[in-house]
Amino acid sequence: MKIHEYQGKAILSKYGVAVPRGQMVESREDAHAAASALFHDGATGVVVKAQIHAGGRGKGGGVKIAKSPSEAADLAEKMLGMSLVTHQTGPEGKKVQRLLIEETLPIARELYLGIVLDRAVGRNVFMASAAGGMEIEEVAANDPNAIIKEHLIPGVGLQGYQARKIAFKLGLDPKYVSGAVKLMTALARAAEDTDASLVEINPFITTTDGRLFALDAKMNFDDNALYRHPDIKDLRDLTEEDPLEVEASKYNLNYIKLDGNVGCMVNGAGLAMATMDIIQYAGGMPANFLDVGGGANEDQVTHAFEILLSDKNVKAVLINIFGGILRVDTLANGVVSAAHRTNIQLPIVLRLEGTNVEQGRKILKESGLNFTVAETMKDAAEKVVAVARGVR
Amino acid sequence: MSILVDKSTRLIVQGLTGREGTFHAKASAEYGTKVVGGVTPGKGGTTHEGWPIFNTVSDAVTGTGANATVIFVPPPAAADAIMEAADAGVPLIVCITEGIPAMDMVKVWEFLKAKNSRLIGPNCPGIISPGKCKIGIMPAKIHKEGNVGIVSRSGTLTYEAVHQLTVRGIGQSTAIGIGGDPIIGTNFIDAISLFNQDPETEAIIMIGEIGGNAEETAAQYIQRNVRKPVVGFIAGQTAPPGRRMGHAGAIISGGKGTASEKIRAMKAAGIHVANSPAEIGETLVKAASAVPR
Repeated sequence: MKIHEYQGKAILSKYGVAVPRGQMVESREDAHAAASALFHDGATGVVVKAQIHAGGRGKGGGVKIAKSPSEAADLAEKMLGMSLVTHQTGPEGKKVQRLLIEETLPIARELYLGIVLDRAVGRNVFMASAAGGMEIEEVAANDPNAIIKEHLIPGVGLQGYQARKIAFKLGLDPKYVSGAVKLMTALARAAEDTDASLVEINPFITTTDGRLFALDAKMNFDDNALYRHPDIKDLRDLTEEDPLEVEASKYNLNYIKLDGNVGCMVNGAGLAMATMDIIQYAGGMPANFLDVGGGANEDQVTHAFEILLSDKNVKAVLINIFGGILRVDTLANGVVSAAHRTNIQLPIVLRLEGTNVEQGRKILKESGLNFTVAETMKDAAEKVVAVARGVR
Repeated sequence: MSILVDKSTRLIVQGLTGREGTFHAKASAEYGTKVVGGVTPGKGGTTHEGWPIFNTVSDAVTGTGANATVIFVPPPAAADAIMEAADAGVPLIVCITEGIPAMDMVKVWEFLKAKNSRLIGPNCPGIISPGKCKIGIMPAKIHKEGNVGIVSRSGTLTYEAVHQLTVRGIGQSTAIGIGGDPIIGTNFIDAISLFNQDPETEAIIMIGEIGGNAEETAAQYIQRNVRKPVVGFIAGQTAPPGRRMGHAGAIISGGKGTASEKIRAMKAAGIHVANSPAEIGETLVKAASAVPR
C-alpha cells in the first residue's frame, strides 16, 4: 500500500526523523493560513507540494516555491484539481486533491537514503547515495558502486557502526555525523516497526546552518502485514487508486487494469500473467490482470465477471481456468449467473481444464448462452483475439 | 526415482483440523501419501478423521516418526508454525499459506540458518512425486510418473505444464512449486541441483515469473553445472512495471526483474525457452531430442 508524502513524514517524525515544518491542506484558504503560520514562525519561503502517489512531481509542475502567503494561496488554487502528469502517472495524470505546505530550508547537500527488502539476501538493505535528488535506479545503472549498502539483521536493525560507516562514506562533515546516525537509525526502526516494503528519503539534506532533514518521504507498506497496523491501513487514499481495482479488492480479487481490449479471468497469478502473455502472442492486448484465486466461490466469480465487464474497452472475454481447488463447475455457475445478471452481449471464449471439468462444460452448454469453448490455451487466445478484432 | 518426497515420507499436517487442512490431508492420503497425524494446539490427545492430533510439532514427531510436515495455518500464525517445525527437527517443511508478512519471513529465514530443515514455500502449491507422494494442493489426476523434473514459482502454471506433459505421455519425477513470495525456503538452484543429481530425472522444466533475479542466478548455475536438457518459461512478459501481479514477489521495480532480462539470461545459458505458455510441453519434446550442451 502506498501513502502520501505528508503521511509518511508524520510517521517518520514520530520515530525521531527530522522533517521540515509543514501542513497538509485541501483548499486555497487553508493554504494561505498554513503559509502565514510558517512565515510567522520565521520561514523565509514556503514550498507548495502536490500530494499524489507518484514520483517526478517537481518536473511535472507539482512542486512550487512561494515567497508570501498570498502567493502560496494562488499556487494552491492552481494546483488543486489539476491533473498532474509525471513519468509515473501515465499520460492521463493524477488529480491533485491535497497539498503539503512546508517551510523552505537552506540546502547545503542533497543525499539519498532508502530501505528495501533484498530478496537475494533475505534481509532489509539500507542504501545511501551522495547523488540525492536523482532517481536511484539511474544512479545504480550508471555506477553501482555509488550506492552504499548495509544489510539489517532482523530484530537488531541498523547499528551505530553501520550508520557511521554510511555517514563517512557519504562524505558528511564530522559535525553532521552524530545527527545523521540518529536520523538513519530512526529511519531503519520506523521501516521495521511499520512493515514498510519501501522507504525512500530523496533528498535527505544537510543545511547551511548545520541541520539535517528528510526533505521528501516515500513509504510503501507490505499489504500482507496491514492487519497488524490498523492506523496505517486507515491512511489508504482510495481516490488514488483505479475505481475498478478498489471494487475488486472488496471481494479479495486481484485485478489490475491494463490498456488492451481482451478481458481475462484466470485462477492463479502465474497462469493469469501467462494468459496476458499468450493474448499478446496471438496478436491482441489484454485489458486486465485478474486472478480469482485458488479458492474462489460462485459469488466472487460473479463479482469478478461484473468488474471485468465494466471496463468499457473490453471487446471480448477470455476465461482460462485450471481447476485445482477451484472446481470448474463452481466457476461455470458463477459465469452463467453473472452473464444473466449483466445481460452480456460480448463474445466469451472459455478454456477449462482440471477438477470437475465435465460438469462445468455441461453447465455452460445447458445455459443457452453463447459461449465459445476452446481446447487449449493457444486455441483460446487465437479465438478471443479474432473476435475482439471483429467487434471493433 | 524422485526428489525430496517418496514412499518413505511420513507426513504430519499443521492445521489438520481446519477446513483446508482436512480437505487436502484426505486428498493426500487418498493419493497414497502416508499421512500420520496432525498438530492443532489445544486439541492434543484427540483424533480427527482417524488421525491422532498433537499439541506441538515436537509431540507429533515423537508420536508418529514424521519426517515431513505441511502447513495450513492462517498467515499471522504461519511463521511461528514454520519455526516450530524446524525446532522440532522436521527435515522437510512445506508451507502452503499465502499472505505471510515479508518481515515474518525475514525472521524465519534467519531462524532456519541454524537448523537442518528444508522449507518449501510459502505461498506455494507444494510438492508431488507422481505415484509416490503428494504434499500440497495440486490436483492429483493430471500427474503421471516419469522422468521430467518441474520447478515453478507459480501454482496453476505448474499444473498447466504438467498437463501438457501428461497428455503427451510424458511423466514427471517430481514437481515442486517453490512459491510466489519474495522470500522463499527452497529456490530454483536448490531444486535444480537436486534434479541434476537424481539419476531418473532426465530433463528439467523451470517456470519463472517477473520480479527479483532468481531466474538469472539459476540460469548461471545451469550453464556451469547442468548437462540435462532444461526448458524455461517466464510469465509476465506483458506485465506493467511497479504493479504487484497477484504474487507478492511478482513485481518489476526500478526497471529490474523484467521478463525480457530473464529470458535473455536463460537463452544465454543454453536453456530452451518456450515463448508461449502453450508451448512448454512441445519445447520439452524438442529439447529432449536436441544435442546436449
